Amino acid sequence: MEAEDEATGQMIEEEEIYVNGGGDGDESKRHRPIISGEQLDIEAYAALYTGRTKISRLLFIAEKCGNASMQLDALRMAYDEIKKGENTQLFREVVAKIDGRLGPNYGPDSTWADAVDRRAELRKEKLENELNAYRTNLIKESIRMGYNDFGDFYFVHGQLGDAFKNYVRTRDYCTTSKHIVHMCMNAILVSIEMGQFTHVTSYVSKAEQSQDALDPVAIAKLRCAAGLALLEGKKYKLAARKFLETGPELGNNYTEVIAPQDVATYGGLCALASFDRAELKSKVIDNVNFRNFLELVPEIRELINDFYTSHYASCLEYLGNLKANLLLDIHLHDHVETLYEQIRNKALIQYTHPFVSVDLHMMANAFNTSVSSLEKELEALITNNQIQARIDSHNKILYARHADQRNATFQRVLQTGSEFDREVRAMLLRANLIKHEFNLKASRKH
Amino acid sequence: MNLNMNSMESLVAQIQGLSGSIADVNQLHSLLKQSEDLFHSELARLAPLLTELDPSIHSLGYLYILEACTSAPISKEQANELVLSVARFINLCAAEQIRLAPDKFISVCKRFKDQVMLLEDPMRGVAPMLTALRKLQLSSEHLTTLHPDFLLLCLLGKCYKTGLSILEDDIFEVDQPRDFFLYCYYGGMICIGQKKFSKALELLHNVVTAPMSILNSIAVEAYKKYILVSLIHLGQFSISFPKYTSSVAQRNLKNFSQPYLDLVNSYGTGKISELETCVLANNEKFEFDKNLGLVKQVVSSMYKRNIQRLTQTYLTLSLQDIANTVQLHSAKEAEMHVLQMIQDGEIYATINQKDGMVRFLEDPEQYKSCEMIERIDSSIQRIMMLSRKLTDMDELLSCDPLYLAKAGRERQRFDFDDFDTVPSKFTI
Repeated sequence: MEAEDEATGQMIEEEEIYVNGGGDGDESKRHRPIISGEQLDIEAYAALYTGRTKISRLLFIAEKCGNASMQLDALRMAYDEIKKGENTQLFREVVAKIDGRLGPNYGPDSTWADAVDRRAELRKEKLENELNAYRTNLIKESIRMGYNDFGDFYFVHGQLGDAFKNYVRTRDYCTTSKHIVHMCMNAILVSIEMGQFTHVTSYVSKAEQSQDALDPVAIAKLRCAAGLALLEGKKYKLAARKFLETGPELGNNYTEVIAPQDVATYGGLCALASFDRAELKSKVIDNVNFRNFLELVPEIRELINDFYTSHYASCLEYLGNLKANLLLDIHLHDHVETLYEQIRNKALIQYTHPFVSVDLHMMANAFNTSVSSLEKELEALITNNQIQARIDSHNKILYARHADQRNATFQRVLQTGSEFDREVRAMLLRANLIKHEFNLKASRKH
Repeated sequence: MNLNMNSMESLVAQIQGLSGSIADVNQLHSLLKQSEDLFHSELARLAPLLTELDPSIHSLGYLYILEACTSAPISKEQANELVLSVARFINLCAAEQIRLAPDKFISVCKRFKDQVMLLEDPMRGVAPMLTALRKLQLSSEHLTTLHPDFLLLCLLGKCYKTGLSILEDDIFEVDQPRDFFLYCYYGGMICIGQKKFSKALELLHNVVTAPMSILNSIAVEAYKKYILVSLIHLGQFSISFPKYTSSVAQRNLKNFSQPYLDLVNSYGTGKISELETCVLANNEKFEFDKNLGLVKQVVSSMYKRNIQRLTQTYLTLSLQDIANTVQLHSAKEAEMHVLQMIQDGEIYATINQKDGMVRFLEDPEQYKSCEMIERIDSSIQRIMMLSRKLTDMDELLSCDPLYLAKAGRERQRFDFDDFDTVPSKFTI
């Protein structure tokens, strides 16, 4: 790993020094316009998804964006989308949120809603009758289908809890492993919508047990679902691994949960925050599968490359530009701050690593920040023992600190000695006390 | 009556006659035991008898009569006299003789201590108690019942230095668990008074982790102080107990010391303001426990801890910056803190007053000096001594019939083949 690092280090050395020196001329040449730095194009974004997640994502954006026109855009699209489906409850919520701001076309269309509700009532009755008939006949496959239909019905009408229950009920009537996978997939989908990520993990592992029934698409889907669950559990490194393992077969097959662009974003950021240099190179940059995903989101690709080639300012700029949009992502928004902080810390650590002394002014330039705030960041990192260095606050220089092994050993030896001394004495004492008590008990007994 | 009179006198004569050789003294001892009732019935006439005996030669007889004398209730005026005579006896008596009747000697000393306390002059008792304790103990490893009383007198008389002299001995033999608890607790307090925090920590640790079957308030109070001293000295406190701690202590101690555990939490944040709010919130409880002084030391130790942390991070730092980071009011105050810490050898630094910069240095100790070698050598010697002791004790225990009976019984329950005559491991 060392050798490899050095080789790449040499390659980029010239440019490196320039950037470290704050070479602004070079900067403008490399500076490309960053596409997604602009305000999120909601229409394009929404087109990536289908089904319920499209609506949830639009509503999430409407709630978080804090920008009236964007909010109304999002709500309008959500309204249109809901009208294609049968979820009247969600419809009423959205109408209440729109509150007549989008003109008469986006009002509470009660005729539509009532019609849908009526139809739903009829359908439910029909399904119930069917299911009862199946159950009396005791045909396993039919019962399974009956429950499954019920699950679908509830899911479409937005009753997620009931949908989940019904999907899970099919489990007792599964006869082939294909059925089990089907059941798991449904359960995972509903759990993700409900935000119950513990269910996701358990059903992913259940589905993975029936290996023979899994096609590459299903595997890719399961990887994504597992990745999402891990991301939600703040296990970024494991989440990154899952996303990186996702096969290109995923394509647009899982748009009811995740778009391939998301795989690149989630996986890329998690990897950046949690992998070390070697891992980043082997598992992300040299990963052919993942490269396909990265092509979809060039900013992420660029910033990973920038990070790896130590163009931190540019990398952090990309990150800064992406931030506003990432905060509007339904899955990532909670983790953006933590991930960004970890990435930044890693960048700082990597920057200081090869040097004996670093001029803080130059470093601040490279990171596009002020000397005093950089000092604070470095202080925190040194305190956590992530950087072995000390700051000369007077001359604004960071000196690497090489611990004196000999002295440290002496210190440790003396400390261990006195600890041992203390512990043995305490132990002898305790032994004596126990013995005393035991003798006392024995003498009382006799 | 007359008979008694005579027997008393004959007894005195016998004491005088039988205080020479060891055999004589043993004979005298059994004689004295028989006539104990006699002493107690003739309390009034005992005092004059004492004048006929020489405490340094007739120690045993003197002790018996003195013990009987002191058992009677006395007035405050007499107390002064009594204290004087007991102190004189303790100074002069022969160690070999009084060790024949340790309980008599202990009861005399305890009454002596009570009287001194009654006179509200604990300092008077310190020196005689130390002598008494030394005469009573068989070796310096032996903890006598007088130890806690002596330490209590030291504490009350504020003679911490004298108290320290016996705390330096390594104690291994204990007669009474209660003595041990009190000894460690008082000893801990004396060490705190002398700012010998590591020793204090050790003593208090012993109380907290000592084997006990019922919780006692000594352990509770010790645990509170243990928390505070640990914060002052180490800057942290681990909430979990070592695994050898008795289950009673593990279960209950925390319930009694919630304010202290809150303090630990707020200390962990490293923020002075939070610590101060916590102290303020629990002020009454700390005051009630008489630990407010220690709590204040905890607060000031946090400043030190924060400055020490800066030495890890910075080579140079202005006084103003130090004041800002550790939340001191002014650069001047920061300078005083730094200066004090340099003086105490807690940090290595130089202050440049011209531009208000502090330069932090590395520990100058190079571990090359003769003193260091000597220190390491003595440490090795000590540890070898301790290891020998440990092996001895292990061997002794392996031969202890009581232990073997118990260990054997328990083994058999599991597997008969496992049974071997020498227990392979003994963990405490």
